[in-house]
Amino acid sequence: MNETTLISLRDVSKAFDGETVLDAISLDIHDKEFVTLLGPSGCGKTTTLRIIGGFEYPDAGTVIFDGKEINDVPPYKRPVNTVFQKYALFPNMNVFENIAFGLRIKKTSEEEIVTRVKEMLALVNLKGFERRRVNTLSGGQQQRVAIARALINNPKVLLLDEPLGALDLKLRKDMQNELKNMQQKTGITFIYVTHDQEEALSMSDTVVVMSGGKIQQIGSPTTIYNEPINAFVADFIGESNILNGVMISDFKAKFSGQTFKCLDSGFAPNEPVDVVVRPEDVDVVPLDKGMLSGTVTSVTFKGVHYEIIVDIGGFKWMIQTTDFVAVGEIIGLYIEPDAIHVMKKSEFSGMFGDYSSYSDELDRLSDVTEENE
Amino acid sequence: MKIFSKIYMWIIFLILYAPIIVMIVFSFNDGGSLSSFTEFSFKWYEELFHDDAAFGALKNSLILALASSVLACIIGTFAAMGLNAMKSKYIKATISSVTNIPMMNPDIVTGVSMMLLFVAVAGIINIPVNLGFWTMLIAHTTFNLPYVILSVLPRFKQMDKSLVEAALDLGGTPTYAFFKVQLPEILPGIISGLMLGFTLSLDDFVISHFVSSPNFQTLPLYIYNQTAHNVKFSMYALCAIVVVVILCLLLLVNFMGSISNYRNRKKDLKHMGA
Amino acid sequence: MKKKSILERVAAVPHTVWMIMFIVAPMIFVLFFAFTDINGNFSFINITRLAQYSNVFLLSIGFALIATVICLLIGYPLAYFLAKTKPSTQKILVLLIMLPMWISLLIRTYSLMALLDNGGLLNSLLNQLGLADINIVGTTQGVILGMIYDFLPYMVLPIYTAITKIDPKCLEAASDLGCNNFKVMTKVIIPLSAPGIISGITMVFIPSISTFYISQKLGAGKFDLIGDTIERLFQNVGTYNVGAAISLVMMILITISVVVMNKFSGNDDDGGIIV
Repeated sequence: MNETTLISLRDVSKAFDGETVLDAISLDIHDKEFVTLLGPSGCGKTTTLRIIGGFEYPDAGTVIFDGKEINDVPPYKRPVNTVFQKYALFPNMNVFENIAFGLRIKKTSEEEIVTRVKEMLALVNLKGFERRRVNTLSGGQQQRVAIARALINNPKVLLLDEPLGALDLKLRKDMQNELKNMQQKTGITFIYVTHDQEEALSMSDTVVVMSGGKIQQIGSPTTIYNEPINAFVADFIGESNILNGVMISDFKAKFSGQTFKCLDSGFAPNEPVDVVVRPEDVDVVPLDKGMLSGTVTSVTFKGVHYEIIVDIGGFKWMIQTTDFVAVGEIIGLYIEPDAIHVMKKSEFSGMFGDYSSYSDELDRLSDVTEENE
Repeated sequence: MKIFSKIYMWIIFLILYAPIIVMIVFSFNDGGSLSSFTEFSFKWYEELFHDDAAFGALKNSLILALASSVLACIIGTFAAMGLNAMKSKYIKATISSVTNIPMMNPDIVTGVSMMLLFVAVAGIINIPVNLGFWTMLIAHTTFNLPYVILSVLPRFKQMDKSLVEAALDLGGTPTYAFFKVQLPEILPGIISGLMLGFTLSLDDFVISHFVSSPNFQTLPLYIYNQTAHNVKFSMYALCAIVVVVILCLLLLVNFMGSISNYRNRKKDLKHMGA
Repeated sequence: MKKKSILERVAAVPHTVWMIMFIVAPMIFVLFFAFTDINGNFSFINITRLAQYSNVFLLSIGFALIATVICLLIGYPLAYFLAKTKPSTQKILVLLIMLPMWISLLIRTYSLMALLDNGGLLNSLLNQLGLADINIVGTTQGVILGMIYDFLPYMVLPIYTAITKIDPKCLEAASDLGCNNFKVMTKVIIPLSAPGIISGITMVFIPSISTFYISQKLGAGKFDLIGDTIERLFQNVGTYNVGAAISLVMMILITISVVVMNKFSGNDDDGGIIV
């Protein structure tokens, strides 16, 4: 990864039928970078991708590619290729012809086409599939053909629109690794759209978190996770307990009726803030050694750890611990200063963070509906 | 119950086919009688093959059917494309219900209304009414259009929109994308629309009856005129040929359908094994 | 979502123009002729003259109704039995039902007449058996028989399609819930095949009410149905206006009946026209 800016979006806006989908977003994408646009459905991530691909034109703002404005350049004149959500393989052509499609348009010689298609098939692990009809392939195989078909054109940028959405979990994990490897091998900039935060964290150099047509935060996966900018990002990426707090002074935050040492500074004295504590950063300790204490209201076994809900003064915390505790038990909790992350108040304050209505089942249900959208 | 249903079906099919079979058999009857079969002969077929008017009518029918179905396919395919891309449900519904009027209306009303149009327009621009090939072409194209749209529109609707985007994305111009990706996807619809239009046009009598003149006769019109007053055995021969040709075509279409089905299935099975 | 191409914007234009010129305009001319006299002046004279034709209308409606009802009574069991035969035979039988639809009505009507005619095969067979002639050509029964013979396949096919679409699990569920065979028929199969019945009725009734060839051939020209009347009135220029008025009334009648029947079946786009 280097720091040459390849694509710049400047105050790009887009509305469909009067409904704003993108609200003046600005974003720089660097050469050879793996960028992920992450957000819930309807956040504008796919529209951003389609504007870069040339399938949508921005209502306002500019799209700059390699220093040139490309607002009105049609998709077939952009050095950008796309892997579509449902692959969009041409059903009237076999695997070979699908992959050769772009080269044929460029009037590449037949020998070169044959060698390059073979190379591509090797890259995506589909040797010997040339003559197969695309509708006889499995989802994972179709996925690979779609990637090969795009990569063979040596695009400057590869756009991927939820490419793994239709695959099952196991295949998804394998493909994540493969995609990351391919990106490193080819050195092509990848712009990846997903609503799966785990996928985003494990693959990307840079994650762009979006919501409501706006970019909430841009940063490396660790930054996004450890230093979320507001309650939305904290809640969307991983599990988090988000509490109302007050920044008494630098390095001193007050929440849940206690004052804690922390590593944050730069707030006005007594400024109201949101405080994030990740469930895995809370230690369960004997009652007398705890900084806080509360009643355990539910315990769920998760394999590597227990997920427990603890009621502390009416606020339900989620805590992940390897020690078994029983429901109804009163336990002490200990939080290290570096486990506390303080955020400025935002429009999202108070919308997330309490686990009082938490249930596994609900969580899974909402996942399913999201995927269906 | 099983026996009853079998007998029932047999009786209905017998009644359905008896007249046609009798007609075919008696077209070989030398005696020229419908009541008793005297001697087998090709007499009426010979008479028919010397009937230039019949061949003229056949030629007219084929030209008209080809021209009207091709024209309907061109207009109808573009119409389906436009309808598919159209956003306003109101306009879409209006266009499709107006298009379907000739399909819903009795043929006689369609025929009469077309005739009135031609008569009135000729009156307005003050030329003699000239019914013939062109008026029939217009009428046949009009009643073919809803069938073409009906078979092409679903193809557009079913097509994955990102296919065209993928073609553009890979460097194809919109025209290239249309011919390489969109057209192959909708082609089966166009072909079935074409075949449907062709047969409907060949078959049409009522509408043609009102918008034609004796100068341009199609086969159904010729049969109608020849059978208007007296029994003509050469017409039996002609009808017999038409029936046999239709039967062969229908069998062919079905046979081809099952062959391609079989081939696809075989291919799929082979790949599943691989 | 995608920006429409110029081609997509204008693709429907030729069709729309064609439609206005050759579907809408002809309808307007029917209206125009129906409401003008022979000199092209606005008048209700054709509408008032319609009273003369009330018998024609009643006779046609009567014939078409009888033919439709008989087609339904014969056609429904046939469609049901067809749907129950084993798949290999079924394919051939469906083809046999479809074949007559592809043969010109002209030919089929003509062949039926030839068979039933006074000097035809049927009567000569009856004579040989020592039975009396049946002179059916030129009678009410003859015309109705012709309609049934010509249009029965149009009743059978949509009903057959509707029955084959019924999920067999529905029938099993009905039996499971205590329906005997008769009840399964009346409570499940018939209601679920209603769209097919409606479309079958439309496809028999409309051509029956507007036919003129059947009454010419099997009625031996003795009956004056709507179709015959229209056909005759359009033979000479002077009577175009009355002819237009009758066509208009028939169109209105049919539109009303189609709308009413679609209301019955509860949907207006399923079951559609099967070709």
